[in-house]
Amino acid sequence: MDVRLSSEQLALRDSVAQVVDRLGPHAVRDLDDAERAARLDAAVAASGWRELRVPVEGRVPLASGVEAAVVAEELGRGMADTPFLGPTLAADLRRSAGAPPAGAAETVALSRSLLAAAVVDGSVPSGTVAVDARGATGALVLVPADGGHALAAVALGPLGVGTDLTRPGAAVDPASVAIPVEGPGVRPLTDDDLDAWTALGLALDCADLVGTMRGAVELAVGYASDRRQFGRPIGSFQAVQHLLADAHVVMEGSRSAARHAAWAVDALSPGEALAAAAVAKAYCARAARTVCETTIQVHGGTGNTWECLAHVFLRRALLSTDVLGGEGANLDRVLAHHGIGGDRGLR
Amino acid sequence: MGSAVTVDFGDAPDEHEFRLRLRAWLDDHNPGLPASSTDDEYWSGQAAWHQSLFDGGFFGVTWPTAIGGQGLASVYDVIVDEELAAAGAPARPSLGYLVEGILEHADDEVQARFLPGIVNGRDRWCQGFSEPDAGSDLASLRTRADRDGDEYVVTGHKVWTSYSDDAEWCLVLARTDHEAARHKGISAFALPMRQPGVEQRPLPMINGITKEFGEVLFDGARVPAANMIGRPGEGWPLAMTIVSHEREPHELGFAGRYAKQVKDLVAEVRGDPGRFGAEQVRDLAWAIVETEMLRLHVCRRLSDRLDGIVHGPEGSVDKLLMTWTEQAVGHAALSIGGARATGSDDTLMKVYLYSRAQSVMGGTSQIQRNLVASRILHLPAP
Repeated sequence: MDVRLSSEQLALRDSVAQVVDRLGPHAVRDLDDAERAARLDAAVAASGWRELRVPVEGRVPLASGVEAAVVAEELGRGMADTPFLGPTLAADLRRSAGAPPAGAAETVALSRSLLAAAVVDGSVPSGTVAVDARGATGALVLVPADGGHALAAVALGPLGVGTDLTRPGAAVDPASVAIPVEGPGVRPLTDDDLDAWTALGLALDCADLVGTMRGAVELAVGYASDRRQFGRPIGSFQAVQHLLADAHVVMEGSRSAARHAAWAVDALSPGEALAAAAVAKAYCARAARTVCETTIQVHGGTGNTWECLAHVFLRRALLSTDVLGGEGANLDRVLAHHGIGGDRGLR
Repeated sequence: MGSAVTVDFGDAPDEHEFRLRLRAWLDDHNPGLPASSTDDEYWSGQAAWHQSLFDGGFFGVTWPTAIGGQGLASVYDVIVDEELAAAGAPARPSLGYLVEGILEHADDEVQARFLPGIVNGRDRWCQGFSEPDAGSDLASLRTRADRDGDEYVVTGHKVWTSYSDDAEWCLVLARTDHEAARHKGISAFALPMRQPGVEQRPLPMINGITKEFGEVLFDGARVPAANMIGRPGEGWPLAMTIVSHEREPHELGFAGRYAKQVKDLVAEVRGDPGRFGAEQVRDLAWAIVETEMLRLHVCRRLSDRLDGIVHGPEGSVDKLLMTWTEQAVGHAALSIGGARATGSDDTLMKVYLYSRAQSVMGGTSQIQRNLVASRILHLPAP
């Protein structure tokens, strides 16, 4: 056992951090700066990070879940308003199904409150949302098929669904037609395939949540060190210190669980990988909401204003939490793995 | 992408071989003791378990060979914890912090005299730090040691002294210089417990166990000057070394204890799921999640050490995570078995009650938060 990141992974982390620090939003008003956002998007597109799960040979992805998680964590820390989760999950679904790469930017469509990939059985389930859909022209869905589920693509409605200001979704019209993804060697996805894909998605959510927590804690610590009341920085009061200490500690615990989930994606069986991811997601989801709420609290009145970045972190954390299920769904997955309760179709 | 060294939570070949050897050994050597938190029977059997584990080659394996260890990487302690839990065996006896403190501060002669007996489990030790008026503010301790020829004479009152009923030796902190500043006048001694000037009294804990907790009164107890650990006045740095190790879950082997308890709870619910409601099952799920998180966190911490990162304030992070894990397991135990228990088996209620001590022992959670705030987050001093 040695769970340190490799020097290549550390270098990858540093290069993502550089791009995000240079081109990511540093204030709420930056989110409206289309020119900046376009430059960030161009830099990420040029980096190849969205292609980490594209196959290099057969079904073997270019990079493991660990590299994908390294990228997700830094993007979360910097509130990067550019797609990564969506295109990465779409690429992984195509890889798993042996489908050719998408011709244009693509994401995935989720249903059942974003709990799972949308299954189009006749019609698109109501409430289906293409997540992290900026720039995408289509989203992958599943269609029941012999031996599992086949891949299909649907068109997207207008962008702007959801709470996350950095990763807007797009509604999928229930009347949309699912066009089968075809090509030589395309095969249906088995339950194992979908477990492994869900494990990847949860691992990326966890990494993004860890990044979000890091960013939120840093923001709150900075504010608490500067803001003065009673003639002292508020960060010198134990009541404030203990809130921030707890936030830091759950972030560290989240980081450990999230790293394991990222490793498990390619190193363990699909069932084991899903269990590892579910443990991490339940833990990270609970931690992230607490941490982001703490950041708002420490900012006082300012934290409750639109101009404060605290709610940008919170909103990002809430989307990461919903994608493929938050605490409740993942505790159910954990229990199912231990033989308690059914899996309730939580693939 | 990737390279030879990359994230790997799995076993290297040597680690796997060690794991299989331990697993086979446990088939014949699991003493079937109850969880340490619930039963005096565990404490009665602990010395034999420690010695058996050592003799089997599975205790203290990460310590230097000169003191009875095997010089293995810290990951081997994680493997021991995982396999003990999987087999339902008791956790590793928790005294790593004592060994680390003596290793770091005592000279070679003192190390050679005391450490092998601690490691192999033949000598039983306790730790005399806290006093009735010196808890979180440990530096205010008043136990005194006054030089008398080749000996020191010790007078004072120690409390919350774990394992003191069973101990032959006490690592005691006492004030040797009454003029020096309060952190500077403290020295540490290996004091023999079996002598007229030492009185041990058990303190029953809230879950009813009587053998773990105690208080110790020194009234003219004598300790050879040669039993001083470190130099005169080095007691405070030694105490800080010990408490920083004491805060780390892998030093204590507690991760294995929680995993064992969770395994038992899972078996109980799976055996008769109809008895349990959604809230109870949810508490169990959180206990599983927290326990697994702690195991993975220990893996990460130990891996970071391979870079030569030394013990620092991160121990406070680990201590808080460990505490929340133990208390989540405690809440699951309460939920599934606890207050409604009928009949004679109140094990789960005891597991719950014992868990309340974890946020106090080895430095309260409030103190850990202070340390995280000041030494990791660098928030302004109060």
